[in-house]
Amino acid sequence: MRKLRGIAAAIAEAVDQEMAADPAVVVLGEDVTYWGAVFGFSMGLMQRYGRERVVDTPITEQTFMGMAVGAAAAGLRPVVSLMFVDFLGAGFDQMFNHMAKNHYMSGGQVAMPVTVLTAVGGGYGDAAQHSQVLYGLFAHLPGFKVVVPATAYDAKGLTTSALRDPNPVLVFGHKLLTGLPFLPFEGLEEEEVPESPYTVELGRAAVRREGRDLTLIAAGLMVHRCLRAADRLAGEGISAEVVDVRTLVPLDVETLVASARRTGRVLIVDEDYQSYGMSGELAFRIQAGAFGALQAPIRRLAVPDVPIPFSEPLERAVIPSVDRICEEARALLGAAAAASSP
Amino acid sequence: MWKPEPSDVDLRYLVEQDQLTEDGLLQAYRTMCTIRAFEEAIAERYAVGKTPRFDMASGPIRGEMHLAVGQEAVAVGVCPLLEAKDAVVSTHRPHHHALAKGVDPGRLAAEIFGRQTGLCQGKGGHMHLFDRELNFACSGIVGASFPQAAGAAFAFRHRGEPRVAVAFAGEGAANHGTFAETLNAAVLWQLPLVIVIEDNLYADSTPKWAGLAQPHQFQRALGYNLPAYLVDGMDVMDVRRAARRAIEQARQGRGPSVIEAVCYRYRGHFEGDAEEYRTREELERWRALDPISRLGGRLRRLGWADGDRLARIEAEARDVVAAAVAFAERSPLPDPGEALTGVFG
Repeated sequence: MRKLRGIAAAIAEAVDQEMAADPAVVVLGEDVTYWGAVFGFSMGLMQRYGRERVVDTPITEQTFMGMAVGAAAAGLRPVVSLMFVDFLGAGFDQMFNHMAKNHYMSGGQVAMPVTVLTAVGGGYGDAAQHSQVLYGLFAHLPGFKVVVPATAYDAKGLTTSALRDPNPVLVFGHKLLTGLPFLPFEGLEEEEVPESPYTVELGRAAVRREGRDLTLIAAGLMVHRCLRAADRLAGEGISAEVVDVRTLVPLDVETLVASARRTGRVLIVDEDYQSYGMSGELAFRIQAGAFGALQAPIRRLAVPDVPIPFSEPLERAVIPSVDRICEEARALLGAAAAASSP
Repeated sequence: MWKPEPSDVDLRYLVEQDQLTEDGLLQAYRTMCTIRAFEEAIAERYAVGKTPRFDMASGPIRGEMHLAVGQEAVAVGVCPLLEAKDAVVSTHRPHHHALAKGVDPGRLAAEIFGRQTGLCQGKGGHMHLFDRELNFACSGIVGASFPQAAGAAFAFRHRGEPRVAVAFAGEGAANHGTFAETLNAAVLWQLPLVIVIEDNLYADSTPKWAGLAQPHQFQRALGYNLPAYLVDGMDVMDVRRAARRAIEQARQGRGPSVIEAVCYRYRGHFEGDAEEYRTREELERWRALDPISRLGGRLRRLGWADGDRLARIEAEARDVVAAAVAFAERSPLPDPGEALTGVFG
């Protein structure tokens, strides 16, 4: 089977194949032609479909998000590039007050089949306005589906599902998983990805590694850091299970709870801000479903509630690293040991 | 932007120029009367339970209420020129646009009353009205209509369909960045879009002189190289004249236009507005330009209606509205369980 490195080519291929299948699919956004939306999610599409279907917009997030709302209501299936998720501030009204609500407010009359592709995450020195993930903000608001692929296989299959969904779906592609030459890469070096179209169902978490002693739960880039941490912990005799959430909305609570019940200990690793975000929500859902099986309080490792700083040692201090994941995992086991000792 | 009232000779000339018919003008009169009666009936029902203390949450209609009494000519000068397939994106003050686009008064009233039979089954309310079949939508967020109408226009142009999208917005909304952004994109892509600025002189409570750097918003549109019309928004014929050109241009694929219609709302920005920002005298001066009585006077001068006929049309409009409100009031409220359905399609 053909192999890919990174999520960018996989996402672009999913969009390409849906464009070939459905003339209603159009791509809108900044630099979506020559630059492939900067992070590669639309690369090659202008050459195949031309500027009529791959439309470079002026740098006006609120207006092209609003156009996506109007175009979707009028029967197109827009794929909108939000170059960096950090730029949502310039377009958020049209997203959360209209894109996410018009279907509901209209009593189900208005369909809103919009896919938003956005690049997220830090770790390469782009500082406070170009390094956030912010998926928790969107997951908080009713009406968005929130997809965070960690692998190229998932990136293609989930993006295809997103484009076929009648609702607004946001695909959060981590920059350090894109496989582009100008960025560090922490994904899988070679991954088998089918060339023909396929879907990965929204709302199914994936157990990436099985383990007995604790469960590490993460999304996007943090899945890979958890897998590396699990490797290292295995060398210390600690067996860590790694669960990839894949989609925050819809959320596969069942898989998370089942893993928590198996291992009895849970560490949630999140690149989003700590408070009022994914880590708290998952902890709540897990305790509600696995309280009796938990051997220690759930722990979390997320970006402490500060903006992402620029200087390298500062940035490293706030974005969860393999080292910090290992430390937290050990602490969780220590806490569990302490709790079970007389 | 008050324009001189045409003499009898000029009136006939304008009617001929604008290809106006007796039926067409009588229908415009009827629709304006329906809107007026509808808004007044809503005002009356909205006030129930809100005295002596004004409490937005009490009475048969809850929440804010923005009515368009006085602004009928803007909606009726534009919307009847559209077909069902054409899109309208309206504002927080949407009833006149909806009625002029052909939305059923009963289902509109039922939505305003939060009933199961409403346009949106009670989930939208007065500022969030949608009618899929008529391609009518609105938003309670100021400045939001421009890009959404442009998006519909983009879809029409993309598929090569001869359909037009209209964005309504106030002169205050046109201070929003979306106005400038949408003008740029719409001209760039020659979208079949008509932007109608309903300039009622006040952005909420803020008079135009305190909020606009130029006298008019259409002046800004000129910088984007597109036709921009300044019309008398209290004169349905004047609005219609510009709208016809703009809509034809859009439908023929020759790009967008802007119409700024200067008008006046007789009621407050919202029901309950104490209106400290304007004088009674100003309101009376604008009432002298009332769009319904001006059209009525012209219908008489043209010999197309006498006082009795006009009175009959007004009475029929009131009957339509009474039936709509009665339908709303006897309709059931939605089941609370419905609140949890329909987030996703």
